[in-house]
Amino acid sequence: MISTYTAALLADIGILGLGALSVYVILSTGQLSLGNAAFMGIGAYASSVLTVSYGLPITLALVLAAVLTGLIGVVVGFPALRLKGIYLAMATLGFGEMVRSFFLNLPYTGGSAGFHGMTHVSVGYIWAWTAGLVLLVFLLESSRFWLKLRAVHDDEAAASLLGLDVTALKVGAFGVGAAIAAVAGGLFAHHHVYIEPGNFGFERSIELVIAVILGGSTVAPGALVGAAIVVLLPEHLRFLSQWRLAAFGTLLIVVLLTRRQGLLDRPLLRWLTPWARA
Amino acid sequence: MIIQQLVNGLTLGAAYTLVALAFSLVMGVLGILNLAVAELFMFGAYVGLTMLIAGYSIPVALLGAMLTAAVLSFAIEKIAYEPLRNSPLVTPMLSTVGVSIILQNVATNIWGSDPYQLPDEYLGQRIDLGLFAIGEMQLLVIGAAIVLVALLGFLVERTNIGRALRAVAENRDVARLLGVSATRLTLVAFLISGALAGAAGLLIALHYAAVTPYIGVETGLKAIAVMVVGGVTRIWGALLAGPLIGMAEVLTVAYGGAALRDFIVYGFMIVVLLVRPGGLLSQRGGAEGQRS
Amino acid sequence: MTGQPLLEVDRVSRRFGGVTALNDVSLTVPEGRIVGVIGPNGAGKTTVFNVITGAYPPSAGTVRFAGRPLVKLPSHRIARAGIARTFQNLRLFPSMTVLEHLIVAQQKAGALSSLLPVRLGDRKSLQTAEEVLAFFGLEEHRNRLASELPYGLQRKVEMARALSMRPRLLLLDEPVAGMTHEETAEVAALLRRLTATGVALLLIEHDMTFVMGLCEHLYVLDFGQLIAQGTPEEVRNNPAVLDAYLGAEA
Repeated sequence: MISTYTAALLADIGILGLGALSVYVILSTGQLSLGNAAFMGIGAYASSVLTVSYGLPITLALVLAAVLTGLIGVVVGFPALRLKGIYLAMATLGFGEMVRSFFLNLPYTGGSAGFHGMTHVSVGYIWAWTAGLVLLVFLLESSRFWLKLRAVHDDEAAASLLGLDVTALKVGAFGVGAAIAAVAGGLFAHHHVYIEPGNFGFERSIELVIAVILGGSTVAPGALVGAAIVVLLPEHLRFLSQWRLAAFGTLLIVVLLTRRQGLLDRPLLRWLTPWARA
Repeated sequence: MIIQQLVNGLTLGAAYTLVALAFSLVMGVLGILNLAVAELFMFGAYVGLTMLIAGYSIPVALLGAMLTAAVLSFAIEKIAYEPLRNSPLVTPMLSTVGVSIILQNVATNIWGSDPYQLPDEYLGQRIDLGLFAIGEMQLLVIGAAIVLVALLGFLVERTNIGRALRAVAENRDVARLLGVSATRLTLVAFLISGALAGAAGLLIALHYAAVTPYIGVETGLKAIAVMVVGGVTRIWGALLAGPLIGMAEVLTVAYGGAALRDFIVYGFMIVVLLVRPGGLLSQRGGAEGQRS
Repeated sequence: MTGQPLLEVDRVSRRFGGVTALNDVSLTVPEGRIVGVIGPNGAGKTTVFNVITGAYPPSAGTVRFAGRPLVKLPSHRIARAGIARTFQNLRLFPSMTVLEHLIVAQQKAGALSSLLPVRLGDRKSLQTAEEVLAFFGLEEHRNRLASELPYGLQRKVEMARALSMRPRLLLLDEPVAGMTHEETAEVAALLRRLTATGVALLLIEHDMTFVMGLCEHLYVLDFGQLIAQGTPEEVRNNPAVLDAYLGAEA
């Protein structure tokens, strides 16, 4: 039996891992989203309202929240097509702030006072989702379909001339990313049993991106590795007491300087899993 | 009453303009968002306030804030940007995020996370002008901002370095072909950007009479919105957009409710990004803002 | 073999602001034949390709493929209709291996199998990829990053990628630029074998030996206008053509 402390850490890693996965999926098409915490927030609030006010079972609530958020993601994905690189990043940043502001302003979900009343879900339940989704994306990564996403990431114009529907792929990625983030948000809500708009702001979005970048931005399990680093490292750096965060920032810079693709990449993954044909 | 609000908005906007310009300089030369600017803003505020409370005059404190921020910015350029300058844009951007985290931690350790307050004697008088009242500090903020923007404008329009900055912002490839030294220019951009952010920090601190280590992010994000609305590389755009957004914010809070504020500001930013990517002052659908 | 040509560029013009890049250009490519477009630099040859593949629409005129007008279609639809192209400056995917390049563009393999791990559930694409690898002699490089290969091999990968789409028409933009004599001869032989399988080729090239030896029909452009067309012999002896090249110091 694991301790409550370890369980809490594992839960956080699972949730953050899913959030990071959502950024990863969108990043695979070359789009950097600095606003995925907003999708987490929508998923968190939607699923919480469904379980608390409508009495739906948690799994169904999560699925419905994911579908709703996925649709919102698709809607966001269309104007996103018109923006490239840093401009897209800024727009997603703005979108994130707008959603946070929206929930601050919404009396139905408690506004700034937050929302509570959710039933607690176990670490096991969280990891069922996390492991399941990461595995799914991981398997998908070796498919021909994923090569198309990578083609869009590498060179949109060339991809289009190869017959790839770049629009559908990019918008679809936003939709799927949003749905995954929604699940992460829903799990967050039902694990912490209290949520407020501040949980899903810019800092959270950046946290998700840092996790992907540190853990590995070219393979799905990288999101989990990154989540583990982001959650566990400050804990293990306790000896540095109030300089933990500075150490963390330093690590981020060091990784970016020395191993840009993050800790886990395709060659390393293949080396670690000789039995799997990645 | 509404004029009072507009004046408040103008003051806020003046600070936004400076920070937006700080972002804009780096963006124009390098094409990246230097998110550490937000924390340089915060640091400038703290250093400036500390100097004020230690007995230095406002102009000296302002200089101190600007210098500290510029030096920090220089260090950031050398450590977090230089080695990564040939990487895809995400990488140096995230590097600046790393710097932000470090700076915030350092500030919290030096000054604590509770609001750092300016003692009352520094607050200055309010001058009653009939239709509205304006605080001495507000006048100072607006005045200092105008001076700084004017200096920047002079630099950009009349000096060689300024011309080079503009050239690179306009078209990086052509500028390189014309022999503009990228390294020196980058350094200058970082230095000035730091100085502006640091100044803005102290000015805002004077306006609000208190700071926390977290003001960087909040103001920083708004300043990014200002930068976008004004047109990412346009000085005059930032000059107009700053007060515009500042006033919009203040008015929304006064008449629409505090929670609506961010929604309006960022909504506006997104609309501009989609419809006029070159900023409000640009031609319709200009692609100038969309260099990859 | 129907009488209708596979590709018809019908009186196409293209203006960019004040510049007329193409003026009333017409050309056809019959099924399974090799046609070349030549002319001095800046004559508008790549513009013709761009109009055909849908990078931008013509300012006047139409393009028809197997009788069907292409003008309203987005690039990816045109590609799916059976037109593939290579680029003057290679546009390989920096993160992909040679094999991955040959799998990503395949259109004929099933939709469901596209979601399965390639090695396990997508035998068909692997097979096609292997065939194309063999055709170009790239088998031993299949798992190498395409961007790490020598230039000549990269050009082959680019052509192989286009071929993996199983196109009916292949547009080649300077396929032998920068190649040695042996490499050029090798490519010429490959292209001849390709047409034997039924693929039509439209190519832009500056290497006259290559073009004259390979193409069955030539179109000559200068300043966006068609100034001559015919068999290599006819074109070689056409005074207008000589003028254009010598005058422009090609």
